[in-house]
Amino acid sequence: MSAVLWIPLVGPLTFAGLSLLLRTSALRRFVGVAASCAVLVSGLLLVSAVLNGTVPISGGGMLRADALSAYMLSVVGMVGLISTWGGLSSAASSRTKNAAGYEALIALFLAAMSLAVLADSIGLMWAAIEATTIATAFLVGHHRTRQSLEAAWKYVILGSVGVAIALLGIVLIYAASVETDTPTLSWVLLAKSGLDLDPSLITAGGALAVLGFATKSGLAPMHSWLPDAHSQAPAPVSGLMSGVLLSVALYAILRIQSITNLVIGPDFLRTMLSIGGLLSLLVAASLLIRQRDYKRMLAYSSIEHMGLMAIGVAIGPAALPSVLLYILGHGLIKATLFVLSGRILKVEGTPVISNVRALLVRRPGLAVPWLIAMAAIVGFPPFSIFFSEVGIIMAGWSAGLGGVVGAALVLLLVIFAALIRLTIQMTLGTPPEGTAFTPDHSAHGPRLPIVLALATTATVAFVAEPVGALLLQATAVLGGTN
Amino acid sequence: MFETFYPQLIGLCTGALLLTSALMVWRHSLLASIRLLALQGVALAALVAVIGIAENEPELVLVSLLILSVKGLGLPWVLAHQSKASIKQIQESPRLNPTAALLAVTLLTILSYVVVSRVFGLGDTTTGHAAPIGLAMVLIGFLLLISRRRARSQLIGFLLLDNGIATIAFLTSGGVPVLLEFAVSLDVLLVVLILHVFAGRMRTKFGGTAVDQLRELHD
Repeated sequence: MSAVLWIPLVGPLTFAGLSLLLRTSALRRFVGVAASCAVLVSGLLLVSAVLNGTVPISGGGMLRADALSAYMLSVVGMVGLISTWGGLSSAASSRTKNAAGYEALIALFLAAMSLAVLADSIGLMWAAIEATTIATAFLVGHHRTRQSLEAAWKYVILGSVGVAIALLGIVLIYAASVETDTPTLSWVLLAKSGLDLDPSLITAGGALAVLGFATKSGLAPMHSWLPDAHSQAPAPVSGLMSGVLLSVALYAILRIQSITNLVIGPDFLRTMLSIGGLLSLLVAASLLIRQRDYKRMLAYSSIEHMGLMAIGVAIGPAALPSVLLYILGHGLIKATLFVLSGRILKVEGTPVISNVRALLVRRPGLAVPWLIAMAAIVGFPPFSIFFSEVGIIMAGWSAGLGGVVGAALVLLLVIFAALIRLTIQMTLGTPPEGTAFTPDHSAHGPRLPIVLALATTATVAFVAEPVGALLLQATAVLGGTN
Repeated sequence: MFETFYPQLIGLCTGALLLTSALMVWRHSLLASIRLLALQGVALAALVAVIGIAENEPELVLVSLLILSVKGLGLPWVLAHQSKASIKQIQESPRLNPTAALLAVTLLTILSYVVVSRVFGLGDTTTGHAAPIGLAMVLIGFLLLISRRRARSQLIGFLLLDNGIATIAFLTSGGVPVLLEFAVSLDVLLVVLILHVFAGRMRTKFGGTAVDQLRELHD
């Protein structure tokens, strides 16, 4: 089973190499899909191993897949599959030299995220998260326009400075472990009680590491790169970044939290994450009310959801199963929405909401999935985001964080209203008098990934076995007793 | 023999690190900043070698060679890799005047001594006493990132920040494991290459590398 740990790393790297080598092949456009499949299959294999009670380890303990890692790897694979399959480029456009690099970077990006969730060393995890910035830098700047260059510059500067702060935190955590008998960066060892780590070093290290990774997961006030990068990148890249890169950074915060909780208790990070979460919701609410661009609207919606997830992490073990389910639901729906936004942008030629009107009458093939996915993202049942949000709010209430979740609830209502208004603006209504049109039923791309993503999120919350069992096991990994 | 020189050597290396950081804030020419960065890389490599010899760890001497090649030679070479004539003319017009900037450097250095001694205690080792220098470098790196207008000058701020983190790592815990050190160096090298490419694209698209021009995306 240990060999499976290498598939999500070696597989995408091989495909990346193939994409660069096969100069003329029409198969090149499937590289991203193939890499996602490699990640997804190994993720599901590791999940089944974990549910059978084993913890695959490989590479001398460098790679390790417990319930949380296996779950995150599967989410990376699923969101990757939806984004790359849904955003499959046409055969003609994949012949250029540019396209070879694009597909190779997508595969590298997937490999870096897989390494981040599989590494049993905060140091290696850090290096992998920094590698995601490197892989996505040219993807964000792929269109080579002035705007995409600006977005890419801001993204790389803020992303690497943020992650550098996280490195400073990790260095301090390592310094704390050097003072004990076993200098280590393995989070399995660090999260064991009885190591007698220096509390002041762990406090400073934990705070800096969480601050750094929070930059990467788009929490306010370090969020300013996110709307620019997510609105300028090609649609499948936005889907991957929004749907799963943010959550991989949140995963890093979860691992750091499991170390600090043992040494200094949960209160310190709880305050930090609650403030960050509420600020993110506030930023999202205030900028969604007057939003004019639908890709930026999706980006701010990601800030909102990351904010609520951060509040869930702050609440602790009682909310963690909901947070983990949230990561899956948000990832799949956000990837779907970004893929659809890419198609709308392509056929309508404008990212401005007020220029896209009466989509439901003119282009039902795009508007119907868009409406369903928007309903899922604002939190209508039966989609799993609804259950995650309710779970987090209930857990916060019973954990004595009533004030925080109360404020979050008010902001969520504002965001709900703003998103509904913007969606109605885009889809409902009638086209202006005198314009001739025929209803366009084409989906402008593969339909199946969209259907799969929507069906999965609509049903996953009702599957107690094995999803519920896996989520509880993943929570237990983080030292929770729920 | 070595023991008597050890505290002085540590002091010399960390002093060179702080001095080069302060000079980077003072000088406005890009070429001068790149040369100072190379000097700082050499000082950092020397610091690591001294710690390695004192603690009798041949691994650290290897790391010091890695740092010398990446931070002392590789990165400055990448940054200076355009015609010498054009790079000499690039002058930074920062948001802070030199006097205010140097005053800020002094305050940041004092601040980092206060923070480190209050929060962690300086300890009784030679390296522990020098640790605030690393934090000061990180803060000065932030100062450069905020106050500089040109793309490449911001890049130098980022590298100073990174050198500061490495200094803290070596002074507090004798460096992170070699594999991680290698990964960090590789990541930093790639980030610098990417930003360098972007700075080049910026020059062709915007006709200059002033970051102030990046104002098209906003809400």
